[in-house]
Amino acid sequence: MNAPAAPMALVAKDFKSDYKPVWCPGCGDYSVLSAITKALAMLGLRPENVAVVSGIGCSSRIPAYTTCYGFHGVHGRSLPAATGLKAARPDLTVLVASGDGDGYSIGGNHFLHACRRNVDLTYIVMDNHVYGMTKGQPSPTTEPDWSSKLAPGGTGLREFHPLVIALASGANFVARAFSGDPNGCASMIAEAVKHPGFSFVEVLSPCVTFRPEQRAWKDAVHAAPVAATDDPARAARRIMTDDGFNIGVLFKGKRPPYKPGVGKSAQESAQAVAALEAGFRLQEA
Amino acid sequence: MDSYDDFMARAYAMELEATERYAQFAEQLDTHNNRQVAQMFRKLADVEALHAKRILEEMRWPSMPALPPAYAWETAEGPETAHFDQLHYLMQPMHALEIALKCELQAQQYFENIAASKAPARVRKAATEMADEEREHVRLIRDWMKRVPQVKPGWDEDLDPPQVTE
Repeated sequence: MNAPAAPMALVAKDFKSDYKPVWCPGCGDYSVLSAITKALAMLGLRPENVAVVSGIGCSSRIPAYTTCYGFHGVHGRSLPAATGLKAARPDLTVLVASGDGDGYSIGGNHFLHACRRNVDLTYIVMDNHVYGMTKGQPSPTTEPDWSSKLAPGGTGLREFHPLVIALASGANFVARAFSGDPNGCASMIAEAVKHPGFSFVEVLSPCVTFRPEQRAWKDAVHAAPVAATDDPARAARRIMTDDGFNIGVLFKGKRPPYKPGVGKSAQESAQAVAALEAGFRLQEA
Repeated sequence: MDSYDDFMARAYAMELEATERYAQFAEQLDTHNNRQVAQMFRKLADVEALHAKRILEEMRWPSMPALPPAYAWETAEGPETAHFDQLHYLMQPMHALEIALKCELQAQQYFENIAASKAPARVRKAATEMADEEREHVRLIRDWMKRVPQVKPGWDEDLDPPQVTE
């Protein structure tokens, strides 16, 4: 009998589906999609072993544009769905795609608890400081003085600081990437996937339609001048005092990931699920 | 630049990145029904792909070579790769050519710098040839620019824009 042939190494385009993205021309999310597919190829993964889960918003369209398993869920609820998926199928590599509105506002509470639980997920948030899909409302990361038709004179509200929140809540990997550097972004996503536990990658991804001034981000970003630390206090100090454009892996923690159900036999897991389902069974009249 | 193979691997990566970006641009503009400019980007992608193929054939590499360990551009992307945010759904052919011209000039500069560096003689010779090729592309694009309409003021005006703040 012939030995089975070794599976062919896949390239980035093997992870791209036939659906054409409908983002605005020039949107940073095209580059993030490209970075995700490059990262999956770099990691030697196969689409059938990866799931991409998302919520609602421009960035959350990503699952459809990949050949991986996808779940385009409810607004702000990508993390609970992804947590459930990873708990049920720990063998899958689970990526979660979100935006600053979906992830930090509607899904803000889930963000905190996903960091705290430290399930082995990679959370990629495409942050453009605006609700793009619903046409330009200020989001949690919008600058307080950003004036628009919908918020004349700006909101006056302090911005949410996602990296500090992630760190304080227990995320095991915290990084900031820029969509204008798809190769660097791909390497960072690959590193995040490899790191155990909850990995958070905030990607600065300009909205050229409602925030055209963000085109200047390509001149503002710069490589973080220091290597990643495993000391949360040190990382917090760095992140709190940076200018928001430091690109790099800023924290790599050592907390063991939470793995519910791992170590149980398949039979034990099946029995546990059957017992849970029994509680929801409708009684016949 | 350490060796001829490293240099050619980088040159190949550069052409490949440029091809991918132009193809992405074509796709984006197709989606937004700007067929004319999409077609131009597709043409530019084909030209870059041809260059990449030529490098593969010349080096007799069966597929993409392993990149040198220290592979990285001085900028975020290769010198011939257009920045992703330069599109507009109403952009004109001239805009596409302006993007291409900038990329070709950057590529020419990249090879000229290597040709003038202390790299091994074989690398400098190849870099000189490639700089000459890029110079020729610059000339072709400038000629092409003479054949497309000039951009008129108000080109981005849309009385019924798809994305407006409510």
